[in-house]
Amino acid sequence: MKYQHKQIAKSKLKSRALKDKAIRVLVVLLSVVTISPIVLIIFKLIEKGYKQISLDFILKTPPNSYEAMTALANGELIPGGIANGITGTLLMMVVAAVMAIPVGVVTGIYLYENPGKFMANLTRNISDILQGVPSIVLGLIAYIWVVKGITNGYSALAGSVSLAIMMLPMIVRSTEETLKMIPVTIKEAALALGVPYYKVILKVLIPTGFSGLLTGILLGISRVLGETAPLMLTALGSTIINLNITKPTSAVPLLIWEFYNDPNMVGLIWSSSLLLMAIVLSLNLISKQIAARTK
Amino acid sequence: MNSDKITKIILLFSSFIILFVAGGMVFSLVKGAIPAFKSFGAGFVFSNTWNPTQGSENYGALPFIAGTVITSVTALLISLPLSFSASLFLGEYYRGTRMAKVLGTMVDLLAGIPSIVYGLWGFYVLRPFLVGLGLPNQGFGVFTASIILAIMIIPYATSLSNEIIMMVPNELKEAAYSLGATKSEVIFNVIVPSARSGIIAGYILSFGRALGETMAVTMLIGNANVIPDGFFSTGNTMASVIANQFGEADGLKLSSLIAIGLLLFLITGVINAAGKFIIKKLN
Repeated sequence: MKYQHKQIAKSKLKSRALKDKAIRVLVVLLSVVTISPIVLIIFKLIEKGYKQISLDFILKTPPNSYEAMTALANGELIPGGIANGITGTLLMMVVAAVMAIPVGVVTGIYLYENPGKFMANLTRNISDILQGVPSIVLGLIAYIWVVKGITNGYSALAGSVSLAIMMLPMIVRSTEETLKMIPVTIKEAALALGVPYYKVILKVLIPTGFSGLLTGILLGISRVLGETAPLMLTALGSTIINLNITKPTSAVPLLIWEFYNDPNMVGLIWSSSLLLMAIVLSLNLISKQIAARTK
Repeated sequence: MNSDKITKIILLFSSFIILFVAGGMVFSLVKGAIPAFKSFGAGFVFSNTWNPTQGSENYGALPFIAGTVITSVTALLISLPLSFSASLFLGEYYRGTRMAKVLGTMVDLLAGIPSIVYGLWGFYVLRPFLVGLGLPNQGFGVFTASIILAIMIIPYATSLSNEIIMMVPNELKEAAYSLGATKSEVIFNVIVPSARSGIIAGYILSFGRALGETMAVTMLIGNANVIPDGFFSTGNTMASVIANQFGEADGLKLSSLIAIGLLLFLITGVINAAGKFIIKKLN
């Protein structure tokens, strides 16, 4: 009788251990499945895109559809590059950053300085809601405000506005989180010395939290760099290099969309995507590196 | 007035800008949507016609609301086992190891891939693969779009539930271990119950992300302005119909698209607020 009990307990223990092991294997397996897309996507982009990458690709504008077709027919690489997209992306990012960074950082400081106040809580909640707004809706907004209201036509400025609204809540949040990690004593020491409030902010808070702020800004930029949908509604695209913010402008993601829709140009999508991904992912990794070092 | 006061006013002013932007957004969307709601009334939300023919223009949002909900729910269900496993891998099984660091970085990188690149990969790699498995409509449709959407929300779902899993107090887990529980028993009897509401909130927020995704869905869902009648049929989401139809839109059609944008804004707003509310309550 006693022996039998032991036997049952033993086999139960065994089945529990087996179940435990099975679940562990399942978790590892599913985790590998989870990360496989990133490997597959990067591999695909490099495999299909590396041939096209050259100095020309960065410095020249895209060929027209006919030139691309002739090159394809002769079995050559499609000539030209995505210079108009690169300059357009840079232009819109700079304008968006100029709009979003000051407002975002200052608002972050406001939230940090006034914890628990009604206005601060309201701003924080609204900013959180803004962060969840789909990018295409921001495109609609920038269309109504800028394309219809200011530039009377599609423009780089409209694209920048949609990207800036997208970046804003990210910068607000990261600024507040960064400042929260700074010891209060540093700020108090400065205040005790009679330093004016604005100097405390400019000379103490911002320098101390600089790397954290930078991380937030870089992450914000890398998040909006690949945005396509809002730009379709605002910047539209352009076949030439345009640096006038009131005129339609291309961007790398917009060019990918155009190439995708033109059977003759489809050969250019992989290299363009490869370039875009390389920039986005390195920005991502750099900002994570900065964040890890400061922690 | 001294400099401290001016500084405080500047700080307050910048927070007004955010409120102003948000308020302006609601105002502009509502104003833009008024013609559509005036013509079709509240029926706009429940009508399933989309007829741009001049003279007999008639627009309804139901096909797109249905498409959005179906694709997002499917995406959530597909991503659930994957992201939950990854968060257990990171937060429990291999917590703090180099392997977890590598996996965590790769999951984070998934969040960095632009939507249009997901779309390209879905179009040129996933879609032919699914056609090979016998998917109809040349592989376009709700199912294909949902798979890509699922991959896109994995990083959010993973990092949010990982954070919550890491927050489960060690004492609770140790108490269970000391009673002889195996790791999987600890996970399902201690970690999951005590982290449940946080994990649910994480998935609600990921769901909110899926609702508004545009490019990848536009490239894969097939762009048919009808209510999808199955997992493998084509359709359109609220975001994808805006992206698709915007180029040639003006007048009533433009207003209808803006109205769809307003509905999308409201739905994502409610979903996000719910998720944030649960998380706030936890803290």
